[in-house]
Amino acid sequence: MYRKMVTLQVMDTIFYDAQRQGRISFYVTTIGEEAINIGSAAALNATDVVFSQYREPGVLMWRGFTLQQFANQCYGNEYDLGKGRQMPVHYGSNELNYLTVSSPIATQVPQAVGAAYGLKMDKKDACAVTYFGDGGTSEGDFHAGMNFAAVLGAPVLFICRNNGWAISTPTSEQFRSDGVAIKGQAYGVRSIRVDGNDALAVYFAVKNARKMAVEEFRPILIEALTYRVGHHSTSDDSSKYRSVDEIEYWRTRRDPVARLRMFLQSNRWWDDENEDLLRQDLRTQMMSVLHNAESKKKPGLSNLFEDVYDVIPQNLKEQEQETQAIVGKYPKDYPSDVPLD
Amino acid sequence: MRAAAEKGHTSAASLPGIPRASKLITSAVAAKSEATTSSPSTKPGHEVLLFEALQEGLEEEMEKDPRVCVMGEDVGHYGGSYKVTKGLAEKFGDLRVLDTPIAENSFTGMAIGAAMTGLRPIVEGMNMGFLLLAYNQISNNCGMLHYTSGGQFTIPIVIRGPGGVGRQLGAEHSQRLESYFQSVPGLQMVACSTPYNAKGLMKAAIRSENPVILYEHVLLYNLKERIPDEDYTCCLEKAELVRPGKDVTILTYSRMRHHVLQAAKTLINNGYDPEIIDIISLKPFDLYTIGNSIKKTHRVLIVEECMRTGGIGASLRSSIIDNFWDYLDAPIMCLSSQDVPTPYAGPLEDATVVQPPQIVKAVEQLCQ
Repeated sequence: MYRKMVTLQVMDTIFYDAQRQGRISFYVTTIGEEAINIGSAAALNATDVVFSQYREPGVLMWRGFTLQQFANQCYGNEYDLGKGRQMPVHYGSNELNYLTVSSPIATQVPQAVGAAYGLKMDKKDACAVTYFGDGGTSEGDFHAGMNFAAVLGAPVLFICRNNGWAISTPTSEQFRSDGVAIKGQAYGVRSIRVDGNDALAVYFAVKNARKMAVEEFRPILIEALTYRVGHHSTSDDSSKYRSVDEIEYWRTRRDPVARLRMFLQSNRWWDDENEDLLRQDLRTQMMSVLHNAESKKKPGLSNLFEDVYDVIPQNLKEQEQETQAIVGKYPKDYPSDVPLD
Repeated sequence: MRAAAEKGHTSAASLPGIPRASKLITSAVAAKSEATTSSPSTKPGHEVLLFEALQEGLEEEMEKDPRVCVMGEDVGHYGGSYKVTKGLAEKFGDLRVLDTPIAENSFTGMAIGAAMTGLRPIVEGMNMGFLLLAYNQISNNCGMLHYTSGGQFTIPIVIRGPGGVGRQLGAEHSQRLESYFQSVPGLQMVACSTPYNAKGLMKAAIRSENPVILYEHVLLYNLKERIPDEDYTCCLEKAELVRPGKDVTILTYSRMRHHVLQAAKTLINNGYDPEIIDIISLKPFDLYTIGNSIKKTHRVLIVEECMRTGGIGASLRSSIIDNFWDYLDAPIMCLSSQDVPTPYAGPLEDATVVQPPQIVKAVEQLCQ
């Protein structure tokens, strides 16, 4: 678990810098929330279906998504599973039961309930899991999703990363309730509030919640308290609305990765030398992975028109031909690394 | 004047691939019918009302495939507001015919999530207008996730419900959602207009791997027709040639088909020979059938219930101009509703819907 948390932290740091250097167009970091990501992922089964918001790549990482795959998606190259169609960090993997990220907030919440409904009908030993932030709990979809899961008795885990900020909106301006856990109570959903920066606490909370959800056919709400150390995304500069001191405090004194490290080191299961080696190795891997992804071709033009429907209809075929003709005729006005087919 | 044409029957045998002829309905809204179950039939098939045809299609698909399920408000023991899901909850259980709380965006989202993980849900909007609340899920997720996931996840969902202008239901309950949804990429849209195509389209939509919106009309649920006993589906992308002709191509769908047929009686009496096509597929358009007709008649009249601005007619006009400009002898005429919310008062409401006399006048104008 610790290694994955470090990997996530290093990946975020390096990919964020890559965006700043203009190598990728956009990125969203998970700094400060590594414990929630990895702790919860470790407590789930591989067959549990995950519906995430966009700040949970650690869950995908835990399940086996490789660093190269992350990079490929951010670059939108021909190896991207999403075929270059989504923004960076909108990962998705059918194989790993992680549904493709969709930007609008909280739309994944009722979808998770729907998946749980299917699991219940099929009597599978699996649950649906959905992640969202404090801001997401204001969306209508959250309320309806929770209500419905309770009424239906759907085996779904609602994991809220209460990180204090929704872009520039602090939780004090997001809701006046006593956090998020109480919202679950209002819907008749068993809720728990957890220290989101304590990886082991998150692990045990999710493990127990999952058991309850699957065995008793009930939804569970987990509010994990944490702090969004990074900016909302690379399009944001959070020093504009919060003090740098506050950010530094959480980054250095309340870092979930460092916390677990101290625990491991105090038990002599880890030491500084391991740490340095790990970080060094990861950095090297990361750089090579980025370089690889950068050098790959982008998906061909036909990918613009495929998968809109299961079989490409006539009107789209015509539009594809038109587009190919135009790009073929004025190649200088179009990027050179996009193949025409 | 062709004697057979006066009756409005088309001969199915002479038109390859065309479904059986539908009986001419003399009023756009059928009156409540007598019991149909006990009629001894000398003809093959059985008589049903349109809502029963939908129910049959739904039931047959649910029997065939255990992954098919229904979600919506009051679809369970209540049987649905228009009785399309009558009897299904008793037969298949409360889980497969799910009564949802009043949260359209939520249960549409649920259906999308369920579809992505292996089920084949049918979402019923109690009235199509309420699906505006589900617009976020339908446009941002339903239409898009197959594409943005790189083809990894499919969404074989059917969204259906009654829309269109009814009998004084007020503006919010008289919406033409096909206008608003037609732009969303990744969706397929079909509109049923007879019991035959209602059942066929319902079954085809359920079997399709794409998200399909099936538009029903509030006033057509009690239409009666004899439909085949055997299993059949209608092609989702194919228009229906209702009446062949040579003077003008009239393109229409849903309830307006019946207004056109009414107008056709007058037109035929006055010596015109209209070719009437029920476009069925609102997205994508069946330009093959439509084009063949235009190449024959060279004049087009579109009759729709959508509003003038941004409706199906507007898009259809544009498609026809793009593809068949050279075959047109006259500008394309389009009869639509005005750009106003549908009023409650009866006479005002009637004035916003295209009526048969308008259609007659338009054809006369086109054919001058």
